[in-house]
Amino acid sequence: MSTWKKIKSWPLLLPVVALILVMAVNIIHDAATGVNPLSFFSISLRETTTNGTILYGRLIDVINRGSEIAILAIGMTLVVSASAGTDISVGSVMSLCASAMCVTLAGYGVSSTTTLAKPLVIGLLAAILMGIVCGAFNGTLVAHLSIQPMVATLILYSAARAIGLLLCNDLIVYVRNPSFAFIGSFLGPIPTPIVITAICIAIVSVVLKKTALGMYIQSVGINARASRIAGLNSKLLIFLAYTLCGVFASIAGIVASSRITSADSNNIGLYLEMDAILSVALGGNSLGGGKFNLAGSIIGAYTIQAITTTLYALGVSSIQAPVYKAVIVIIIVVIEAPPFKAFLKRHSAAFASKGV
Amino acid sequence: MEENVVLTARGISMTFPGVKALDNVDFTLRKGEIHALMGENGAGKSTLIKCLTGINDFEAGEIRVEGVDGPVKNRSTKDAQNIGISTVYQEVNLCPNLSVAENLFIGREPLTKLHTIDRKSYNKRSMKIMEDLGISVDVTQNLENYSLAIQQMVAIARAVDMDCKVLILDEPTSSLDDEEVEKLFSLMRKLKEKGVGIIFVTHFLEQVYAVCDRITVLRNGAFVGEFPIAELPRVKLVAAMMGKDLDDLAEIQKEQKDYSKEPMEIEAKGLSHAGTIKPFDLNIHKGEVVGIGGLLGSGRSELARCIYGADKAQTGTLAVAGQQVKINQPIDAMNKGMGMLPDDRKAEGIIADLSVRENIILALQAKRGMFKQLSRAQQEEIADRYIDLVKIKTASKDTLIKQLSGGNQQKVILARWLATDPDFLILDEPTRGIDVGTKSEIQKLIVKLAGEGKSVLFISSEIEEMLRTCNRMVIMRDGQKVGEIDHDLSQEGVMKAIAGGES
Repeated sequence: MSTWKKIKSWPLLLPVVALILVMAVNIIHDAATGVNPLSFFSISLRETTTNGTILYGRLIDVINRGSEIAILAIGMTLVVSASAGTDISVGSVMSLCASAMCVTLAGYGVSSTTTLAKPLVIGLLAAILMGIVCGAFNGTLVAHLSIQPMVATLILYSAARAIGLLLCNDLIVYVRNPSFAFIGSFLGPIPTPIVITAICIAIVSVVLKKTALGMYIQSVGINARASRIAGLNSKLLIFLAYTLCGVFASIAGIVASSRITSADSNNIGLYLEMDAILSVALGGNSLGGGKFNLAGSIIGAYTIQAITTTLYALGVSSIQAPVYKAVIVIIIVVIEAPPFKAFLKRHSAAFASKGV
Repeated sequence: MEENVVLTARGISMTFPGVKALDNVDFTLRKGEIHALMGENGAGKSTLIKCLTGINDFEAGEIRVEGVDGPVKNRSTKDAQNIGISTVYQEVNLCPNLSVAENLFIGREPLTKLHTIDRKSYNKRSMKIMEDLGISVDVTQNLENYSLAIQQMVAIARAVDMDCKVLILDEPTSSLDDEEVEKLFSLMRKLKEKGVGIIFVTHFLEQVYAVCDRITVLRNGAFVGEFPIAELPRVKLVAAMMGKDLDDLAEIQKEQKDYSKEPMEIEAKGLSHAGTIKPFDLNIHKGEVVGIGGLLGSGRSELARCIYGADKAQTGTLAVAGQQVKINQPIDAMNKGMGMLPDDRKAEGIIADLSVRENIILALQAKRGMFKQLSRAQQEEIADRYIDLVKIKTASKDTLIKQLSGGNQQKVILARWLATDPDFLILDEPTRGIDVGTKSEIQKLIVKLAGEGKSVLFISSEIEEMLRTCNRMVIMRDGQKVGEIDHDLSQEGVMKAIAGGES
């Protein structure tokens, strides 16, 4: 096979092209404004008073800020693949997990603390446990009661933030403790969220590579009945996908909460469920379930963050940003749509035959 | 264009990645003729039809249709319909929750002056259409209230009413019983009188000889020949399809021996599943092939599914190799050495978007469990071995299974179960929609498995097939096991048992 053909059949081609396009906008903008065209990629060390020497640059910023979306995208990819549905509760579940963690760390009814009431590990476990409970709840509704995923997860989408507020006694609980804030700040010069995301991706990649989970989930997503006859427990696998999605939502919640050293029920993870779903789609995965490509989803997640960061860099106000974001997303989604690909193929064939 | 010819295809060629699907194929359809398109699985029948209907984009050759100047190149089925080519598939592509009349006029509803749908007129017109074709239905009833055969006829009626000159019937009889097939045939003859050219694709040889006027045979994507029916007796047809003289199916020889001394493999007592199968007892010895006879819907599949746990048994007990077992779902049965090839290949067999390799190893992997993944090398070795063993025609082991022909898909599922090395294998309609050559291969395989001491439960709509391979037959009627025949297996005897009563 020629190199060109190999590139053309690479499943990550479009997601990568989309990411490059977004970066290109930065380069053009920088060149036009007379700044070093590659300033988007420049990474430097910078001294800060609070965190010592840290890595600094727009690229680092994208990867750092994109952590929550990337972590959510992992779980979302599994859910989409196994159940041909989306978990729209992840943003709210993030917030609920953050609340559970902060309440555990601060104690019920305390609105602000600098000392931890319980060891940090207990707080983290509380968040993850809450994520498992939420995921298992969604999973039970979808897998065992056959409720449509959108409807099933709509319950926690609307309720989880309120439950979080109940846990927090209607307060924004601040945990201003350095050991907690560490999760959202820096590990040496590297932002900790990047490290956490990398660990999550690494663990999931190893699990997918070393166990048959990936094939099981895809098989169930493509044909649950046939999978059952072939000996797979379709319901259990769908349940597992949602539970894992809950776990990843809790990890994203921990990161988001630590960044602002508080559990702000109304704002943590707001609209992130949509970004997570979009990551999966931008990654070239069908929302109809079945085959999935985790790397694609993760690239998709960072693409979304890159768009956001780029718009801020271009000076677009945060109120107008969604409009530009929508336009870019439309372009990317159209490029990846099968009819458009078929159209290009037809025309490139026609062009080639004319050329001869 | 010659007189009386409605459609010609000349020199059609088409390649799929790695496979030459059609190579310079000719096809001619005359007015008022029923023309059978025959060939083994993967011979290119479906591909050719898809070229005619605009689903496939062929590379070379031309198609001409009566009344259209110049070569025709359809881009979609809609284009094809516009010039009078309609297709009716085995799976009916209509809306079951709409009425018969609505289905007939969907997308082209007659309108009143106010541009609302003119229900009165289309019910009336629907009644007229159905009457003309001699189909007695209430057109205001929902389509789902009628049998598959009637649904198919509605699909045909819809095609005919849209002024079709060429009607393509792709495996229309696969899921019909004899009586329904006869009804369909009389409809086809009626359309023939009206001058419609019909292309008929089927695997049932007897049906070809019952209605067709002419046969075109394809083999491995190439045109073998076009024959008037009288000049091509069955044996020659089979030879033309396979490219060799049929090594007679009669050579399949099951062992004649008394199995009652053999150890018991399966002992079911009073198993049942509410609504599908009444309590039944069934014993199967080691190395025995047991067939299940009965009409479609008599509970043949349901009995097998109940043993396998596809439908969990609600009463009764099951012992496998002398041990009492509790089976809640298929994996439990698999762990006791069972395997089941389900009758609905599309819905319960293939995982369409996975590769041939993954489809083959799926059951074995499920049995090993999630954490003991077969290495890539092991997977490839297994895939290669079974592709070779059951002769699966595929471009590569990483081809998606959905790109294979029906018969080859079936072989992949068979390979999936053979890979798990089962002691007891349930084969539910393994030969449905499969060409003669593959059929005999599968039958031989069943006899061979039994020779290796494996037990097989074999379900088929073709009695001859079971007579050839089974040692004993279980007879089903109305969701109940009504008897067993263990000696004098003859077509007549089995038929009588299936029919029941004194007749």
